[in-house]
Amino acid sequence: MEKKYYQKEIETMPLEDMKKLQSEKLVKQVKHVYENVKYYRDLMDEKGVKPEDIKGIEDLHKLPFLTKADLRDAYPYGLLAKPLEDCVRIQSTSGTTGRRVVAFYTQKDVDLWEDCCARAIVAVGGSNKDVCQVAYGYGLFTGGPGLNGGSHRVGCLTLPMSSGNTDRQIQFMTDLGATILCCTPSYAAYIGETLKEKGYKPEDIPLKAGIFGAEPWTEEMRRGIEASLGIKAYDIYGLTETSGPGVSFECEEQTGMHINEDHFLAEIIDPDTGEVLPEGEKGELVFTSLDKEAFPLLRYRTRDICVLSRKKCSCGRTLIKMSKPMGRTDDMLIIRGVNVFPSQIETVLLNEGYQPNYQIIVDRVNNTDTFEVNVEMSPEQFTDRVGDILAMEKDLANAMKTMLGINPKVHLVAPKAIARSEGKAVRVIDKRKLI
Amino acid sequence: MSIKQLTVFVENKQGTMVSITDLLAENNVNIRALSIAETEDFGILRLIVNDEASAENTLKDNGYLIKVTEVVGVKIGDAPGKLSAALGVLDKSNINVEYLYAFMARTEKHAYVVLRVEDNAKAERSLEDAGFHLITEQDINKL
Repeated sequence: MEKKYYQKEIETMPLEDMKKLQSEKLVKQVKHVYENVKYYRDLMDEKGVKPEDIKGIEDLHKLPFLTKADLRDAYPYGLLAKPLEDCVRIQSTSGTTGRRVVAFYTQKDVDLWEDCCARAIVAVGGSNKDVCQVAYGYGLFTGGPGLNGGSHRVGCLTLPMSSGNTDRQIQFMTDLGATILCCTPSYAAYIGETLKEKGYKPEDIPLKAGIFGAEPWTEEMRRGIEASLGIKAYDIYGLTETSGPGVSFECEEQTGMHINEDHFLAEIIDPDTGEVLPEGEKGELVFTSLDKEAFPLLRYRTRDICVLSRKKCSCGRTLIKMSKPMGRTDDMLIIRGVNVFPSQIETVLLNEGYQPNYQIIVDRVNNTDTFEVNVEMSPEQFTDRVGDILAMEKDLANAMKTMLGINPKVHLVAPKAIARSEGKAVRVIDKRKLI
Repeated sequence: MSIKQLTVFVENKQGTMVSITDLLAENNVNIRALSIAETEDFGILRLIVNDEASAENTLKDNGYLIKVTEVVGVKIGDAPGKLSAALGVLDKSNINVEYLYAFMARTEKHAYVVLRVEDNAKAERSLEDAGFHLITEQDINKL
């Protein structure tokens, strides 16, 4: 049975009804959190806010924010709102800044998350007639499990490929007639190139749509993927802290992502003042989980900069739309789908006996991120032997790989070789021009 | 006995070499021998100069990454097989040569070889025992 919407009554709900639904859920959720999460109760008490002060979404701004720092402070159980006996799943962030963020799920949390992914799959034309190839990583990373669950709910024949082993991906894709591909956009581009090298034409493969997320990508990249795979390529957004992929998803119009706002209440704030900005203004995206039982974050600051829009969408969905993230309020980089903070590089350098004088250069060549780190050498470290310097570069690259999970190319350079503007070194040069 | 080699880290950028040689020229430093080891990203310039201290200070003051290494200098005859004879001595003594470069004398019929080895004293002993004449800082300055 082909459907245009997975949950029509929600996805096309009139705005007034949605606001009412959100208000009812918010009042209940704030009470649930206040009663069960001491960490957040303390934050509310500190601000002088009681659950009864929150009568609807118009009172949302009274609640305190949560940040990634809070998640680290409260690791692992500090923000848990249900007994562990009621939890069935843990997922974790890809980043490795100090403590990982772990998120807990009850069965209902998993169900609602999978519903969100199912909405995304139906929005790209998915039904039980489709074969859905999930080439996101499976495991702690939310990409694989989320889309896998969504695909089951829609009734697609699901190929739980996980990422990597491109030859096998292509074999299953062609032999079993995959019609929908879910993976990171850079991996989709890579599969497209490999297919071309193997002599396949876009019309030789049955794919019709792709759901690509977990890293930033451009319209140009979208067109490249669409041409090489002969598909329509759709964006999907999410974060482990709220659930995973499926917080928002693109429809056929491809002009921004509909937020599943019955579950995730979105706000845009001024990142400096914390003040809520009106619709259409650019600022930091903040989410409040309205239905999460185990790990219900209220006013969680995503650090993603974007714009919200209630402009009428030709797909018929009334769910508010968010733009692609246009940047970050912190210095986090997403390189090959992995979160990288310059501070992690600094830690490695100090551990390895280097001064923290470095520069990260990120670029995108043939749709794959390149990741280079220039590091200034001290006179004591310099030697007349080429082999010693190459070995030092290799050791540093290995230490960074251990910390970050991805391999940089390390270049040792002379002291003060790294350009300093107004006395302050430019730590990150991102040449990818993604927006 | 060994001689001082000045090693300079050279970025793989147009104009780096000339700025180094300009600095040396301005300070009246005469280059006796040089060699460059290059990789994809950087080069290592090794210099034997007439006034090591002056070259070292000049480059250091101008922000170059430098290192002074003691290397072995040996005088060999300017004829086929002479370099081979010197290297053969080291080989017999189990001394590994990490790199070397050579230059010709201006007047005498001799060549000079600069050798980088792990144990300078051992290499020098072997070469002298085999009748080779080693060169010193004074020799370099007189060249």
